[in-house]
Amino acid sequence: MYAFDYHRPQTLRQAVNLIGRTEDSKVLAGGQTLIPTLKARLANPANLIDLGAVPELRAITQKGKSIVIGAMVRHAEVAESPLVKSAIPALADLAHLIGDPHVRNRGTIGGSVANNDPAADYPAACLAMNATIITTKRKIPVDQYFQGMFTTALEEGELISAVSFPIPSRAAYAKFRNPASRYALVGVFVAVKSGETRVAVTGASNGGVYRWTEAEAALKPRFSLAPIERLAKPPSTNMNSDIHASADYRAHLVYVMTKRAVAKALGR
Amino acid sequence: MSANGIGASVRRKEDHRFITGKGSYTDDINREGQTHAYFLRSPHAHALIKRLDVAAARQAPGVVGIFTGDDLAADKVGGLICGWMIHNKDGSPMSAGAHPALAQGKVRYVGDHVAVIIAETYSQAKDAADLVEVDYDVLPACVDLASADSPGQPQIHDNAANNTVYNFHLGDKAATDAAFARAAHVTKLDLVNNRLVPNAMEPRAAIGDYNSGEDAFTLYTTSQNPHVARLILSAFIGLAPEHKLRVIAPDVGGGFGSKIFVYAEETVCVWAAKKVGRPVKWVADRTEEFLCVAHGRDHVTHAEMAMDEKGRILGLRVHTKANLGAYLSTFSSAVPTYLYAPLLSGQYDIPAIYAEVDALYTNTSPVDAYRGAGRPEATFVVERLVEVASRQLGQDPAQFRMRNFVKSWPHQTPVIMMYDAGDYAGTMRKALELADYKNFGKRKRESARKGMLRGIGFSAYIEACGIAPSAAVGSLGAGVGLWESAEVRVNPTGNVEVLTGSHSHGQGHETTFAQLVAGRLGIPIEQVSIVHGDTDKVQFGMGTYGSRSGAVGMSAIVKALDKIEAKAKKVAAFALEASEADIEFKDGRFSVAGTDKSLAFGEVALQAYIAHKFTGAQLEPGLKEGAFYDPTNFTFPAGVHICEVEIDTDTGVTQIAKWTAVDDFGTIINPMIVEGQVHGGIAQGIGQALIENAIYDKEGQLVTASFMDYGMPRAHDLPHLELGFNTTPAPSNPLGIKGCGEAGAIAAPPAVINAITDALGHEEIAMPATPQAVWKAMQKSAMKIAAE
Repeated sequence: MYAFDYHRPQTLRQAVNLIGRTEDSKVLAGGQTLIPTLKARLANPANLIDLGAVPELRAITQKGKSIVIGAMVRHAEVAESPLVKSAIPALADLAHLIGDPHVRNRGTIGGSVANNDPAADYPAACLAMNATIITTKRKIPVDQYFQGMFTTALEEGELISAVSFPIPSRAAYAKFRNPASRYALVGVFVAVKSGETRVAVTGASNGGVYRWTEAEAALKPRFSLAPIERLAKPPSTNMNSDIHASADYRAHLVYVMTKRAVAKALGR
Repeated sequence: MSANGIGASVRRKEDHRFITGKGSYTDDINREGQTHAYFLRSPHAHALIKRLDVAAARQAPGVVGIFTGDDLAADKVGGLICGWMIHNKDGSPMSAGAHPALAQGKVRYVGDHVAVIIAETYSQAKDAADLVEVDYDVLPACVDLASADSPGQPQIHDNAANNTVYNFHLGDKAATDAAFARAAHVTKLDLVNNRLVPNAMEPRAAIGDYNSGEDAFTLYTTSQNPHVARLILSAFIGLAPEHKLRVIAPDVGGGFGSKIFVYAEETVCVWAAKKVGRPVKWVADRTEEFLCVAHGRDHVTHAEMAMDEKGRILGLRVHTKANLGAYLSTFSSAVPTYLYAPLLSGQYDIPAIYAEVDALYTNTSPVDAYRGAGRPEATFVVERLVEVASRQLGQDPAQFRMRNFVKSWPHQTPVIMMYDAGDYAGTMRKALELADYKNFGKRKRESARKGMLRGIGFSAYIEACGIAPSAAVGSLGAGVGLWESAEVRVNPTGNVEVLTGSHSHGQGHETTFAQLVAGRLGIPIEQVSIVHGDTDKVQFGMGTYGSRSGAVGMSAIVKALDKIEAKAKKVAAFALEASEADIEFKDGRFSVAGTDKSLAFGEVALQAYIAHKFTGAQLEPGLKEGAFYDPTNFTFPAGVHICEVEIDTDTGVTQIAKWTAVDDFGTIINPMIVEGQVHGGIAQGIGQALIENAIYDKEGQLVTASFMDYGMPRAHDLPHLELGFNTTPAPSNPLGIKGCGEAGAIAAPPAVINAITDALGHEEIAMPATPQAVWKAMQKSAMKIAAE
């Protein structure tokens, strides 16, 4: 780790002001990516702005027909939240499948969504449930937010304050864990809301999280297993390939995990 | 059996300090005026150092000293050694390349030590390292083991032609060839034993400290054998005479073999402490640990087994290439030779065995002993061969094994070992019962209904443990004897300190050794302390590895306790005014036979020290005895593990559905601790079989250099482990202990792979059987079914 100045703002306004005031700053949420990066000396920011003491980023609330989760809410809090568990159990389930207990008790939803790691879990939930990313400047519809791996619509100095999830009528997440890291080798989130079905895939593509539109089309007439079983496996073009999974294997897993997510959403 | 004596599941005495954060590991120790070392390491697998300029780095803030291989050479600091001489087939000695603690002109693996930077803080040392200028002339790397000795491969050490350290063999070639010539059936297999990173929870660490007033050094280090470390640092590397070098191995957070060895870092820390005149501390980060700790396993093997028409084993022929990495680590040469080939007879009566082992250098981290060390590799060969042979002959794998088991003891194998006690068929029968083998077919059908493939696999392993006896290992090339020492100090108030040359880094010696002493002396276990890990306290010892601490270390304590009892009887005789011959010792009391006169052990201890009842001419005061113990044979723990797997046909995920282990460890001191050892060993063995794999790319970069890519087994990967014991005491030591520390890691890998291949219906899968590997193998199964 290189030396940096550490800041611990007490309000979101202070945090935003600090970002504007300081040169070369990095924002620390749960630190599950940033801290290892700093320790490996792969980043050398002059200032570290820790959001850990900002109270308004810590709430989980229901606003109308949406669940709104503050950016600094930890994965473990989402997994255990009675509100999330009753309104969107699939989201609590997803949070419970992230990393291990240490990661879940430090990592935050805002950090995950801002980082947009191609193997992170939350981006799939956001995309499938048509979430809105609420920032210090605006509200970003999810379809405009994720722009390829580690790339988002966030501008310089713009902080996520919360993520708003419209409550789906059905949803489920099926995750295939990387046997080493426990990141998603492939994760598929399916959600149905007002007749629209969305199938979002994380971990698989070298373009980051994406919607599997063929599967969505197949499920459009009726949300059931049969049309997915009839569907052709996705092509392996643009799939990630590494020591853990070839592009072919990932494409196969996208198909299998989609099937499992649909079955789970149907309560099977 | 007393409440806390041999056979009781006493809770671990040491756990209070560990779970309340009161342990003291090397990194917890800080010396006055301490500086911090950072090692600049090679980013290349193979390169010449054309220029190494530390001038700019020397000017960096906080820098106290920077040293290179030239500085070590100028001070005549010797290179690191390999302590076991292996001879080639033609009798010539092995070809060991030089192993300088800091590189001299050439680097040979990614992580090789180029320079040490010592500064006021670790960060400053690391910052300064960025300023060291190194011009490398990058050479092609030799990484692939199978082809490392082929002509045209990059030459790693000048004196090891074709990167070959030795061509070793063991057994009778002519007799084995004859057995194959008359065989009715031959089973052949090509096997890879995957390379592993030990990954102890505590990374390696060292503090070198120099006292100029005494001209004496102290080394605090993460060692499994501090006395051996001192001997090597003193006698071979030449840092200081033994009496001027104290080595302390405080609490150590796991070793699994990787902390047996003497490494470059601790060598440099000791030497540099005098150079800079201040203590020098180094703690490995996890990446350094991945790159530079001695790795384990890494064999490629072709093996053949000959049988008669009834399936009786006639002979075994094995050719192995063993990867030793870029340098020979401390015991590396022994692992694929004398810890491997003599175990190739398994539990079987095999008339003829011939094994050849080519040990090769590659541009990778050194490879040395890792939990099981050679014996898991041998067991994998034997148990895969036996399983496949039984399948090819259409015989039940359990029956096939039982038919070929050794049935009487002692049994001399054709590869050195004399098995002295066991009950292999009895253990198998007990395992079949516990595993409910007869209903496996039913369980397989139930799995099939869920769309899962179920398979069952056996592993009937044997190991040679209690690594000793000294004369035997000496005749095989060991540079040291492998006895153990103990000293029992009874204090005037009757409590006892036991000094042992064994070292506990997770094994629970502070409990099990205390159980032995408390039971024998009839005193509460709280009154016994076990002292280990400091060369100033314990006179000498050989340390802990090879499941030897119970069989050898505790036997030395028994010998010392015999002397304590004999001396205490003399004291009691004077105190009770009786003849020594009439003194009986039972349940902690010395009594005069046929009378009601008696003294408790503590009262006799006091009498020994106040010495009022006898004169110096009659008896020496005090109650303290030492002993060295050298056993007469290795011990031979053996057992049967049965693994059942369920494979998810959609994803290739293998779940361990059921695990049964019946082991013969000889006498068991603490069943709870023994079960814990078995659990941990099985977990590591399952790790090797399913997810662990150290992968280097063609350039010699370690691809799996973090837990992001190196898979470790976790609690939820493991099933309930059903354990049983079938005990036959070891005849070679007074307690009958055989050892239990490595069994699980030895037994598990072939059990898992035999179960997976049973489920798949073919043998084409290598370790680790990751979901992707199994998924690919299932496509082969499908093609086979389609072809039939």
